[in-house]
Amino acid sequence: MVFLFHLISGLSLGSIYAIIALGYTMVYGIAKMLNFAHGDVIMVGGYISFFASSAWGLPPVVSLFLAIIVCIVLGVTIERLAYKPLRHATSLAVLITAIGVSYLLQNAAQLLWTSNPKVFTSIVGFTHFAPLGGKLDISLIAIVTVAVSAVIMALLTWFTGQTKIGKAMRACSEDRGASQLMGINVDFTISVTFAIGAALAAVAGVLMCSMYPTLTPTTGAMPGIKAFTAAVFGGIGSIPGAMLGGVLLGIIEIFAKAYISTQLSDTIVFVVLILVLLVKPTGLLGRKITEKV
Amino acid sequence: MKKFLSIVVVLIAMIGVLSGCGSSNNSAGTNQPAGSKTSAAGSSNTFKIGGTAPLTGSTAIYGVAVKQGAELAVAEVNAKGGIQFELNYQDDQQVAETAANAYNTLKDWGMQIFLSSVTSSPGVATSALAAKDHVFGLTPSASSTDVTKGYNNIFQMCFADPNQGTASAQYMSKNKLGTKIAVIYRNDDVYSTGIYNTFKAEAEKLGLNIVSTTTFTDSSSNDFSVQIKDAQSKGADLIFLPIYYTPASLIFAQAAAINYKPKYFGVDGMDGILTLEGFDKNLAEGVMLLTPFSADAKDQLTADFVSNYKQKYGQIPNQFAADGYDCIYAIYDAIQASHGAITPTMKASDIADQLIAEFAGGFTFSGVTGANMTWNANGQVSKEPKAVVIQNGVYVGMN
Repeated sequence: MVFLFHLISGLSLGSIYAIIALGYTMVYGIAKMLNFAHGDVIMVGGYISFFASSAWGLPPVVSLFLAIIVCIVLGVTIERLAYKPLRHATSLAVLITAIGVSYLLQNAAQLLWTSNPKVFTSIVGFTHFAPLGGKLDISLIAIVTVAVSAVIMALLTWFTGQTKIGKAMRACSEDRGASQLMGINVDFTISVTFAIGAALAAVAGVLMCSMYPTLTPTTGAMPGIKAFTAAVFGGIGSIPGAMLGGVLLGIIEIFAKAYISTQLSDTIVFVVLILVLLVKPTGLLGRKITEKV
Repeated sequence: MKKFLSIVVVLIAMIGVLSGCGSSNNSAGTNQPAGSKTSAAGSSNTFKIGGTAPLTGSTAIYGVAVKQGAELAVAEVNAKGGIQFELNYQDDQQVAETAANAYNTLKDWGMQIFLSSVTSSPGVATSALAAKDHVFGLTPSASSTDVTKGYNNIFQMCFADPNQGTASAQYMSKNKLGTKIAVIYRNDDVYSTGIYNTFKAEAEKLGLNIVSTTTFTDSSSNDFSVQIKDAQSKGADLIFLPIYYTPASLIFAQAAAINYKPKYFGVDGMDGILTLEGFDKNLAEGVMLLTPFSADAKDQLTADFVSNYKQKYGQIPNQFAADGYDCIYAIYDAIQASHGAITPTMKASDIADQLIAEFAGGFTFSGVTGANMTWNANGQVSKEPKAVVIQNGVYVGMN
């Protein structure tokens, strides 16, 4: 029973990593850049939802949509101002810019909202179930989180596989120059990718703060890094890979804490990651692309 | 590209592995130039007292409270006539480097007596500077032993960390608070591990039954399901939390979510939980914490302090405000006890010689954080801790 409890904790933590990792993997797959500011967009989403529901008294669903809209605007603006001018620069320059944007967002949040922690009210309340005669206890937010991440993964797979803009994204991902020659608007496609990534960040922020209700300007930083790890673990650029990587990372983290040592859990997580990458450098579901000359 | 990516991943993995080593405090606050002065009339008969505190940032609750408590005491002292004080508080954002700059600002201002720093890591930095300049320091609340260790001129108004752990174990044993005890502490934080180590040693001596010991770090301070489940499955009825109030609030919420309702026992880092924005105070109902000060104590000194503080700032003072208040009065009493040997025209180092002789030489002080306090030559205070329990969202004193 304790094993099941830990499995559910790991699944719900992993689902949060998965939603964040989906955002990383989308942007990496299409724009070929590591958007390190992604974790901080999550934090902004959390704050927007916090103020919408506790200060302005809006219903939870409205606050979620408000957070999504604000994050989309923010994500697209960041892309336009910080990344677009560097589209032909080296990947290192874009990476440093992304780290800069990340610090900018954190410090702006500190100025705007101070660094005093705020306690977030869960968007689904504190409902929990006790199946199996009360031996097990599952919170509603855990179920919602797992379900939402599965739905998002399915939607994204359909979107990139079936829709016109999704196909344009895949084309950009394979060969940006050739897609431009075929009449695909690359800038627009990349903007849409960032908008989707930011919307996912907002959802992740609201779900994460519902589960772990303390909100500070650095709330998104560590989950962001772990989710990036999850994306690489699962094979960056691959949508099912991000999902798998996120869920596995969450479960490994919780099991390491529960069955090995709470002191060493982070070490174990990253050691597993290093081992996987040594054996399979492209990640669990990563495609091996042979570069043609 | 792939090679580059793998370098990035390995770097990040290393950060993750190493993050267990540092004691990080992400508390760079807003960059307002801070500092405030409570001036007294003259200058030739006025002592210049300075201190550094986190007036912005995540631990601003502590800094602002200490500053307000000290300001209240200065206003009261100055109103008596006689000895006059001028107080200058500088913001250190709980960052050691900022605190060192703040100390230098205070020195340029002409500080004669130093109220040291409010929190431990800035305190370690400013203690070294104050020792070099031989300025007398009395810290309200920097509780690490590193703040006083090796310096003869720095004294503490609060309990040192080891004393908190020992006192907690003794209190639990004396009052038979729990039969099975769990501990959750933060293993990348000197404050938390320091208290845990002395707690464990004392608990073993007293025969307390610790059934579960789990840890977390700054980077894994979201999910406490494992730690809570471990305590629950081992039947712990009391959880000792030598940690700050922000992670503690998450532990309360996550334990409540699985219907686990043990007793909680915290130390001074728990103070502030009731002021957390948006926090459901019902979750903290019944939480006990060790603190030298309880605002509902019935003695005249505390009653006057609480009512004056409420009148001036519109809040009930916490222990940090009381620490700041007591520091000013302890310095005031020590100056009076010197019978004119300490005057405002003296140099800081000469004042330090006199004050050290007083504090290390059997001087006793009774304030709102304890009666008949004395200090040893290491600068550590000896006083009786009080325990409070949270009932209906306010602290109530325990016996």
